[in-house]
Amino acid sequence: MKIIISNISGQPLYQQIKDQIKAAILHGELQEGELLPSIRALANDLHVSVLTTKRVYDELESEGFILTKAGKGSFVAQENLELLRESKRHMVEVKLSEAWETARSLGISKKELYSMMDLLFVEEDED
Amino acid sequence: MKTVLEVKGLKKDFSNFSLQDVSFSLQEGCISGFIGVNGAGKTTTIKSILGLVLKDAGSIKLFGQEIDQNERELKNHIGIVLDDGYFYENMTIKEMKNVFAPAYSNWDEAVYKSYTERFGLQVNQKISTLSRGMRMKYAIALALSHHADLLIMDEPTSGLDPLVRSELMDILLEFMQEEGKTVFFSTHITSDLDKVADVLILIDKGRIVLNQEKDTLLDTHGLIKGDKMALDDNTRKLFISLHETRYGFEGVTNQKSAVRQQMKGVLIERPTIEDIMLAYVGGDEDDL
Repeated sequence: MKIIISNISGQPLYQQIKDQIKAAILHGELQEGELLPSIRALANDLHVSVLTTKRVYDELESEGFILTKAGKGSFVAQENLELLRESKRHMVEVKLSEAWETARSLGISKKELYSMMDLLFVEEDED
Repeated sequence: MKTVLEVKGLKKDFSNFSLQDVSFSLQEGCISGFIGVNGAGKTTTIKSILGLVLKDAGSIKLFGQEIDQNERELKNHIGIVLDDGYFYENMTIKEMKNVFAPAYSNWDEAVYKSYTERFGLQVNQKISTLSRGMRMKYAIALALSHHADLLIMDEPTSGLDPLVRSELMDILLEFMQEEGKTVFFSTHITSDLDKVADVLILIDKGRIVLNQEKDTLLDTHGLIKGDKMALDDNTRKLFISLHETRYGFEGVTNQKSAVRQQMKGVLIERPTIEDIMLAYVGGDEDDL
């Protein structure tokens, strides 16, 4: 799993870390049932506070991504992953419909919108 | 998280300086950095906690118990590293340890030995001949050899070179790996805290000015730079400290998101702990 923290990003630290762990889980980079580093170990490696990593784990747990067992550590949740991927898909749909509404209010045509999307994919391929 | 140490309404009057209503608490599993400029009240606060200075008022509780009423028993839980060391200069490392160890009911000779070996301390060396770095390591070895839960250090890094400082920070992180440990240390070298601190407590002129999670502090504060045109009566209010030059301005804000909304075209950078400390400590003249 890779976690990169940006100092220029406007996003709070815990959010950056949380999003990247979430992405690693959703992409299957972290397997179901896999043990995560302890909050202190993660904090030390990332040079952030344990309070930040604790918050990350607490939020990931309440969102159903991980499970914490007292004395054993935190694990990637076993079951709900399908459900989570589904909810992630739903988020994409919501964002797309927002983009679509903005485009419509600006008079951007369907064709133009598609070509913007194509461009994003082309850029990704180039990377 | 459990509260390990709770300081409430601590007061101490000296003729030229006083601690005024100092209150804060330390949470288990956290490293709390106690920062402030020289003479701000860091050492007086620490000495009051340890009973080395008699407080005028206030309560100091360790694990929920008033510390000055159960001093002997509670001090077993505390490891102490003081700035001056308070060692007898003419003693050898071994002799000093023999004076020190009986004070603790749970002294662990094996742990002490492993530290002295690791730090390369020669048991027959006189304390007066130790370098500053070795002296600090010796103090750490003594402080950590009775299974303390709370480590309190006063300016442990002052006068040390960057390599020894970084070694000390690694020792702290190692100490924290075990569950239930807590560290409280004062420093005016704020870069030590960038790496290890979880909570920052800022004291100035005997008062606690800030007490917050380090990462939250760094997230909510911003170092803002830009053209003076961006400053007006409203936007000025967003700054804790502000320096204007002929070429532009630079300031520290604790309302980063408001700055982002109201001031266009300025640079918003992540402040260091030092930036934040100086902004709060130096900003007083404006309020008077």
